[in-house]
Amino acid sequence: MKLREVKELLNADVIAGEEKLDMEVKTAFGADLMSDVLAFAKAGSMLLTGLTNTQVVRIANVLDIAAIIIVRGKKLPAETVELAKELHIPVLSTKFILFETAGRLYAQGIVGCLEKVEK
Amino acid sequence: MCAAENILEKHSFDIEGGNFSNAGTVSTKIKSILKQKNLPDDVVRRSAIVCYEAEINIVSYAKKGVISLTIRPNSVQIEADDEGPGIPNIELAMQQGYSTANQQIREMGFGAGMGLHNIKTYSDIFDISSEVDKGTFLKMTIHTQPAKD
Ligand SMILES: Nc1ncnc2c1ncn2[C@@H]1O[C@H](COP(=O)(O)OP(=O)(O)OP(=O)(O)O)[C@@H](O)[C@H]1O
Ligand SMILES: [Mg+2]
Repeated sequence: MKLREVKELLNADVIAGEEKLDMEVKTAFGADLMSDVLAFAKAGSMLLTGLTNTQVVRIANVLDIAAIIIVRGKKLPAETVELAKELHIPVLSTKFILFETAGRLYAQGIVGCLEKVEK
Repeated sequence: MCAAENILEKHSFDIEGGNFSNAGTVSTKIKSILKQKNLPDDVVRRSAIVCYEAEINIVSYAKKGVISLTIRPNSVQIEADDEGPGIPNIELAMQQGYSTANQQIREMGFGAGMGLHNIKTYSDIFDISSEVDKGTFLKMTIHTQPAKD
């Protein structure tokens, strides 16, 4: 699915990375716990989260995350938006809650970047 | 073979304990340096992850520290050397789920006790040593090419 279709599916606003909407995405990871994002999220996946501090963007950069999807309509601090633009990481913002966001994407063929943790 | 001989590049960065607004900037820099070296994406990514976890720990728990990046023909090495409280029980700190993170750290989404374990997972060689009331030293090595024989 293209990021543009994700935007339409989630009725999302594009906060950063308008130029990257033609990017293909296939997988996602969702969490508000950044410790777990660092441990489990895979390169090329979308990151679904309700956290909006600058570390979300730094982590997306470290992990080669394709795009950040901010859920629950959270407002982003200006410094987070600036950093996302600087590091060329697309950020979309949707009013849907995390569960609905994940469900709508899954129904259209986006799967988890891993199915379950080991052990 | 003397490892010091074939250093291609070395960079060092100061980290300030407690400065959360700057947290992660060193890892972003180190990643961009590595990206320009034509290394495999996976090597760059793993180096950035271990660097970031170490950086956040210095900001979260130590007074100050230095993170250095050493590039050799067959490896990337990240060292994190801090002055701070040290880790009284390393074995315990390495366990997933063990954390002494305060409220401020948790509000930012950290403090699940995953960092050191994650560093170990993503490094090819991981050394940790610590002295209480002095500081903590981490050394992470990531091979860029399969080791010869
Ligand atoms: N540089 C350090 N100086 C002093 N104590 C440290 C340092 N690094 C880690 N620790 C101690 O080890 C514990 C475990 O660290 P670890 O990085 O695994 O998890 P965390 O930082 O608590 O949470 P997470 O990394 O998942 O956000 C910390 O809670 C802290 O008590
Ligand atoms: Mg940590």
